[in-house]
Amino acid sequence: MSARLRWRKFVSGFMLTMTGVCAFVAVSALFLILGYLVYHGGISISWNFFTKLPVPVGETGGGMANAIVGSGKLLLLATLFGVPIGFLGAIYLAEFSGGTTAFIVRYAADLLNGVPSIVVGIFAYAVAVLPFKHFSTLAGGFALGLMMIPITLRSTEEFLRSVPKELREGAMALGASKWKTIATVIVPAAYRGILTAILLAFARVAGETAPLLFTAFGNEFWSQGWNQPTASLPAKIYAYALSPYDDWHRQAWAGGLVLLGLILVINIVARGILSRGISVSRT
Amino acid sequence: MQASVRPALSVNIPPTVTNTAPRDSTPALSMRMTISKVNFFYGSKQSLFDISMGIATNKVTALIGPSGCGKSTLLRTLNRMHETIRNARLEGEILLDGQNILKQDVTSHRRRVGMVFQRPNPFPKSIFDNVAYGLRINGSKAPLSEAVEKSLRRAALWDEVKDHLHKSAYELSGGQQQRLCIARALAVDPEVLLLDEPCSALDPISTAKIEELLVQLKDLCTLVIVTHNMQQAARVSDFTAFLLIGQLIEFSPTPQLFTTPGDPRTEAYITGRFG
Repeated sequence: MSARLRWRKFVSGFMLTMTGVCAFVAVSALFLILGYLVYHGGISISWNFFTKLPVPVGETGGGMANAIVGSGKLLLLATLFGVPIGFLGAIYLAEFSGGTTAFIVRYAADLLNGVPSIVVGIFAYAVAVLPFKHFSTLAGGFALGLMMIPITLRSTEEFLRSVPKELREGAMALGASKWKTIATVIVPAAYRGILTAILLAFARVAGETAPLLFTAFGNEFWSQGWNQPTASLPAKIYAYALSPYDDWHRQAWAGGLVLLGLILVINIVARGILSRGISVSRT
Repeated sequence: MQASVRPALSVNIPPTVTNTAPRDSTPALSMRMTISKVNFFYGSKQSLFDISMGIATNKVTALIGPSGCGKSTLLRTLNRMHETIRNARLEGEILLDGQNILKQDVTSHRRRVGMVFQRPNPFPKSIFDNVAYGLRINGSKAPLSEAVEKSLRRAALWDEVKDHLHKSAYELSGGQQQRLCIARALAVDPEVLLLDEPCSALDPISTAKIEELLVQLKDLCTLVIVTHNMQQAARVSDFTAFLLIGQLIEFSPTPQLFTTPGDPRTEAYITGRFG
């Protein structure tokens, strides 16, 4: 074996090891976080956590029932606000717009995606809190929905674009109008990808704390309505984790676990729905 | 192929409207479509030059020629699919049953002139829903399952799929998918069926099945097929048009074009000297 060949074998082996190690590190980071969360959250979680309101310092027990419901309401509002805008905007971008418009919208969406979430929170505070002179669930949902728009828009557009041209032509050649083609062939062909994109956007904002600090604000009790402040899991975790009390720390861990579980359940359910459809073979 | 070493005819009959009725055809031959003086442009680039020809009713007309000669472009103009391309421009007149297709509503025109593409393109739906698609979007009131069965029978696919109509169309083989696409196009009862190299992605057995099918379909509608394969044109078509760099070089009854081509370029092409 020549020296050159030996060197090449060494480089090949070395690089293979490096890529393997990096892949392992990437995966293990995720599993470390998961394991840590499950361990600490698991020992702190109890039935009370889901059913009871928070209790003042000194008292033991209590839970985050209001924060769980609050997060649910906020995410529902965010999805109702952000997903339709992102989805319909993506249809316009992928199917109708010319080069320049598409470029501008795409660029703006990427910028919006990069805006720090605290800035989104300030913006929502300025337009949805100040005029009404009080914090509200609606303002929190608005802030989160704003963050869902660019993620939904950009990924939905990519999935719509990846639908083969032949499918569009097939539908048009049968006398389908452009809208009919989009509604009956293109969106159904891309809907798995689109739903995945929406789930990603959902999971991304589910854990956001900063936009909620001065929109949904927080609440120690049940929220009095959509236009009143509400507790939310991320904000509660943030507040409890920073506190000096061990009992609150445990509650924060449990909150983290519940938040993760919530996202996981929604993911699994959505994927279950997805797997029943017929997908386009990507060739 | 036939031996074509005989010298080419020196007379090049220009392909004008006057000779769209092919030279030795019966005078009673009726034309389903008439293409007259069609020029076609992609932006500033002209890709069809002054094409005039007729598409005879209930016959198979083949368009042959080397890659880039404009045969697919010409085919696509017949159901106005060229309009999906930006900057595409068509000059001239195309008649379907005596009416200018460019003045008709585009969606209703495409229902009368169906199209089958180079690669099978079933929708990501079940076999049944694929065939029913055209009927559904047209709001047809006819009972769907009967219409679907009829179309699948016409496309010689019924026996193979009748027990799993609700399975995904992607579970079919390539040849079956292409026949499904033919069934889908037939479901709306088109007057003309355009086929853009329908067998180029298929194996020889599937190709043979489709060719056999095309010959049977003549009774139902008028067929126009673009093909790279000259043997295929010779086997299935009644008339053949030879195109070269956007020009119609020769248009004759198929046996005549392949045995006694009227233009030296046609002869050069069919004997394999280029293209």
